Amino acid sequence: MALATPQKRGWYKRNEIAITPWLFLLPAVLFFSVYVIIPIVQSFWISFHDWDGLGEKVWVGTDNYERLLTNDRKFGVSFWNNIRWLVLYLLAIPAGLFIALFLNQTVRGIRLYKSLFFFPFVISQVVVGLVFSWFYLPREGLLNAMLTFVGLDTINVLGDPSMATYGIIAAGLWPQTAYCMILYLTGLNAVDPEQVEAARLDGAKGWKMLWYVILPQLKPATFIAFVVTIIGALRSFDLISVMTNGGPFGSTRVLSFYMFEESLSEFGFRMGYGAAIAVVLFLIMLMFIAYFLYSMWQDEKGGR
Amino acid sequence: MFPTPIEKTSRSWQLTYQALLPLALIMWLLPLIAVAIFSIKPLSDFSQGNYWGLPSTFEGVNNYGKVFFESDMPRYMWNSVMITVPTVIGAVALSCLTGFALGVYRFKGNLLIFFMFVAGNFVPFQILMVSVRDLTVNMGLYDTKLGLVLFHIAFQTGFCTLFMRNFIRALPFELIEAARVEGVAEWRIFWFVVIPLMKPALAALAVLIFTFIWNDYFWAVVLTQGPGAQPVTAGITSFNSQYVAQYHLMSAGSIVAALPPVAMFFMMQKHFIAGLTLGAVK
Repeated sequence: MALATPQKRGWYKRNEIAITPWLFLLPAVLFFSVYVIIPIVQSFWISFHDWDGLGEKVWVGTDNYERLLTNDRKFGVSFWNNIRWLVLYLLAIPAGLFIALFLNQTVRGIRLYKSLFFFPFVISQVVVGLVFSWFYLPREGLLNAMLTFVGLDTINVLGDPSMATYGIIAAGLWPQTAYCMILYLTGLNAVDPEQVEAARLDGAKGWKMLWYVILPQLKPATFIAFVVTIIGALRSFDLISVMTNGGPFGSTRVLSFYMFEESLSEFGFRMGYGAAIAVVLFLIMLMFIAYFLYSMWQDEKGGR
Repeated sequence: MFPTPIEKTSRSWQLTYQALLPLALIMWLLPLIAVAIFSIKPLSDFSQGNYWGLPSTFEGVNNYGKVFFESDMPRYMWNSVMITVPTVIGAVALSCLTGFALGVYRFKGNLLIFFMFVAGNFVPFQILMVSVRDLTVNMGLYDTKLGLVLFHIAFQTGFCTLFMRNFIRALPFELIEAARVEGVAEWRIFWFVVIPLMKPALAALAVLIFTFIWNDYFWAVVLTQGPGAQPVTAGITSFNSQYVAQYHLMSAGSIVAALPPVAMFFMMQKHFIAGLTLGAVK
């Protein structure tokens, strides 16, 4: 009976629904602030200083940024390599779609095929890097063995400054394509079969069918593929570190690698300068993050 | 179904497709197959220039034996386990809490906090590097597994929260309302109503985070050094400098280092893919 409820409930009981979420959030928010939010702010602060990581920080205003943007050749190389990564990495999306379409059948053993195609994504980037650097080896590598077999000249992919970055990006595309493939395979599973049949009766097939009927239904998968690929491209570090360590002649540096090199290299710790590079990288990323969040927010407004 | 199911196409295309499948797969995994072949060859094959012929003798047992018994590899592997498992437990536990708070309750700042987690999960690691390294050194946790674990838990909570919150949102809200009408305390609703429904999400997230953390390299290099605390991704590079140009051993080492997430993937495939594609299909 409703009347039987005690008149005086405790303060907590009365406010339970308002307080509980904050209690549940507390540990994670605390952790996340200490390790993620505050460090971002600190990096901005450090980027206005000259600091070796141990002694006193010396305020230098925007010196670090001026040096970056005006007379740092390495920064320019890294920046343009980042752009190359961004643009070429996006190839993983159509490539993944292509493989997904190829594998979207129901023949015997197709499940095993699908998982084996996905396999490169599960391997760590370090191992992918090693595997590809051996694949590219000028003398022992399989790539040159194949080139010789078809009668072409051998190439030293990672030793040639004009080719090395593309060689690394190709290695990165391998797991990334696998990732996009699995996104599209799941997406294709959810494509409405009635729409496809209806379109077929109307005479749509091949490219037209793909472009006007299938792709619009794959939009959520494409969005996720786009998000993870952009993030992957801007985070590229492992492959470069393992495959070329920035070389030859610094030609494969990207901002994330250059930042690491400046801050923790054997030539001394230039934390302030490193932080400035990281801030630039962060600002590039921020444009994408803002766009992703905006899209998510649009979705949320429709929900509960 | 698109493309046209293979059963409905011409006989010749069916046969072509059946032949193309294994061929495409071999092409796709070629670099990996090459490494697998390297790892069972004897050293003499390399010095004689027999890179791509058949192995002159099968040395798989010897090569892998060396990796397991004569190098630091087992220690690195153990470190990886001791870093990965606590991180998975910690991050999943924290995100159950946040996912519940953000998915069930309506309050001011809900979306803001949610977006903070999501955005934090997207930032480039480098913007955190200097401060996190400094913080870890100051706490006396530099070059310890705990230092890595704490950071990983904090950072992964971002992604896990995104995952859990969306999962909990998709649960039937009536269940929670019904429990409230019954006068069940909120934390009991969490524990006895929501958690049992989250089992598939827990499994998916655990497998995913296991793979992410096992494969992490950047933070391993930034926060640790040496075989005392370094996980296998960082250890493999020192392993390789120990066996420079001995491709048979380096290949075997890499395969060993890559194996645990691969095994995890094949055992928990369904959960893994469910985790990766969350949100891709609604």
